[in-house]
Amino acid sequence: MSDDVALRTVDLGKMYRIGGEQEQYRTLRDTLVKMVKKPIERIRHPGAASHVSVDLWALRHIDLEIREGEVVGIIGRNGSGKSTLLKVLSHITEPTEGRAEIRGKVGSLLEVGTGFHKELTGRENIQMNGAILGLSRADIRRKFDDIVAFAGIEKFMDTPVKRYSSGMYVRLAFAVAAHLEPDILLVDEVLAVGDAEFQAKCLNKMGEAASSGRTVLLVSHNMPAVSNLCQRAVLLDGGRLVADGPADEVISTYLQSGRHEGASADLSALPRPHWARPWLKTARIVGPDGHAAGELHMGDDVTVEVTFSSPDGSSIRYPVLVVEIVSARLGRVAGVNSAMTGESVDWPETSRGSIRCRIKRPPLLPGEYMIDVALGGASKTWADLVRGALSFKVLEGDLYGTGQLPGPGYGVFYLDAAFDAAME
Amino acid sequence: MRKADANTARTAVDEGFVVYEHRRGWAALNLREVWDYRELLWFLTWRDVSIRYKQAVLGVAWAVIQPVLTMLVFTLVFNRGLGVKSPDPALPYAVFSMSGLLIWNYFNAGMSRAANCLVGGSHLITKVYFPRLVLPISGVTAGIVDFLIAFVVLLVLMGALGIAPVWTIVFVPLFVLLTMLTALALGLWLSALNVLYRDFQYVVPIFLSLLMFVSPVIYPIDQLPEGWIQTLFSLNPMTGAIGGFRWALLGQAWPGDYLWIGTAIVLVLLAGGLFFFKRIERVFADVV
Repeated sequence: MSDDVALRTVDLGKMYRIGGEQEQYRTLRDTLVKMVKKPIERIRHPGAASHVSVDLWALRHIDLEIREGEVVGIIGRNGSGKSTLLKVLSHITEPTEGRAEIRGKVGSLLEVGTGFHKELTGRENIQMNGAILGLSRADIRRKFDDIVAFAGIEKFMDTPVKRYSSGMYVRLAFAVAAHLEPDILLVDEVLAVGDAEFQAKCLNKMGEAASSGRTVLLVSHNMPAVSNLCQRAVLLDGGRLVADGPADEVISTYLQSGRHEGASADLSALPRPHWARPWLKTARIVGPDGHAAGELHMGDDVTVEVTFSSPDGSSIRYPVLVVEIVSARLGRVAGVNSAMTGESVDWPETSRGSIRCRIKRPPLLPGEYMIDVALGGASKTWADLVRGALSFKVLEGDLYGTGQLPGPGYGVFYLDAAFDAAME
Repeated sequence: MRKADANTARTAVDEGFVVYEHRRGWAALNLREVWDYRELLWFLTWRDVSIRYKQAVLGVAWAVIQPVLTMLVFTLVFNRGLGVKSPDPALPYAVFSMSGLLIWNYFNAGMSRAANCLVGGSHLITKVYFPRLVLPISGVTAGIVDFLIAFVVLLVLMGALGIAPVWTIVFVPLFVLLTMLTALALGLWLSALNVLYRDFQYVVPIFLSLLMFVSPVIYPIDQLPEGWIQTLFSLNPMTGAIGGFRWALLGQAWPGDYLWIGTAIVLVLLAGGLFFFKRIERVFADVV
């Protein structure tokens, strides 16, 4: 056993119990009622199962060994257990079986701005957030100027963050996180926020962390980022570790495996941002034949059908559906919502429904794409957002009748072009 | 492509590794770790305090107005209206009730905050690791600022009514500490129960308002009939804390057995609460 192992998991598993007693017994009143009722039920229905619950293994049999200084990407579809793995490694939740062994100081960054409070100023939030992420007061004082400079918002340090734009908020939050100096850095999908320029800055900062010998585990849907930053990647599927190896190989395994899945999805249990309520229930991509389709030909319409219902009995006014297309290689490439097209769904108030969005002949080049869906209401109030809700593949076709297509270097869109040449 | 093999699983844990695994039964308290996170405790307390004073329009004035108004209502209703008397003819009822109210308010606010700290802090609990005990402790410590402000108001009131504090005022912090521990002891139990049973949050205010009427805030304990009722009151830790505070500040009767019995009960509740909290702690992030 070599000395330079930073992190190791041995047969690690995490189980959640869904639907059964644990969830039902959430209130004291129910517990008391059940305690009285149960013996009576038993007598009346002697053979009946006392409860129905589903054991869901979010992670199982994970054996992983990561050496000091390695930068490892963790990839997989939504619900494959990536975030649960980070939570177990961050000591936020306890494994159900097996164990994780970690050597060194762990810094985890599962979201940006944990503990931020809108009433506090930028300066105060830096101190608060730093303390939550494990920086000492002396550390914070020492790094304060760097953090402010990194965020690039010197002028607003004494303004409550409730007056910040969302971009400023994210920059500030990430700046604090970027200045953690743990031995092992665990990062969840946090780069999905912020503008492209700032994302690049964050990726650089992370690259620096890696080159200074720090161990980094990065959960991401951003395949270009994983490919750039990580030498190694592990692929999770249904809570199991299905591939582990050089990043580019694992990424292509992942992209291949996604071909037939992802055309329809149950969204209720997928991860969401903290503000989102689980309104969105199901989503599917409808092919030309009316069935769910995960493979489309170039130039086919992409029809996305989403159902939603209120998670808590409340209703939504004039629902707005947002559909965004995300390239597995390049990130978000296009988006549309039902309000901007003037087709806002004309329901003054509703608690459930379905909305279909037909994207007419999107000029997508062959490749892997994902779809983010969001639901909002009147006056730009957002109810729910699921990133990577669906995925699909665009198949090659003979677009120009020449048998030639633009290569990956040309981006993600094809252009319907006509060339006129004149010899002079 | 899987790297780890069966041999890895059999290897003993190397030195320097921290192991996370499923724990069974009762966990060690590990108070040392809480001490290591004292800066976080300070920041959480500071955040609570500064947000409260920033959000309220009246700011600090609120910490003054609330006890003064309550004291006026008590004086009018209970003293003038119902004829409840201060135990000492030299001590105006206003000072008597306000001194009790101060300790009570500190207990009330601290315990409520501690009881709700896990549900309220779920955003932190699911995103970052720290010893969860920091949350209820910061809930209890945050109230100390309100208490100090109200304490100054009480001193002013005493000055206005010509009541001088006695030298035993130096012992006041001890009784504030006892109040703090009482709030923490109950807060630990309630916060963990709050996570397990979400409707517990409705029980807490009811429990608190009942408890106030069996604590000697409004009336002195010697106005109760002797015998089993007074014995029953001695089981309430706040009887000793309030009595001790009045003894230290105003030279009232020493609470004697009320204090010892109350302190013993608090220590038992606190020890039990700590272990219960630690036992439930492991599921917090999965449940909240």
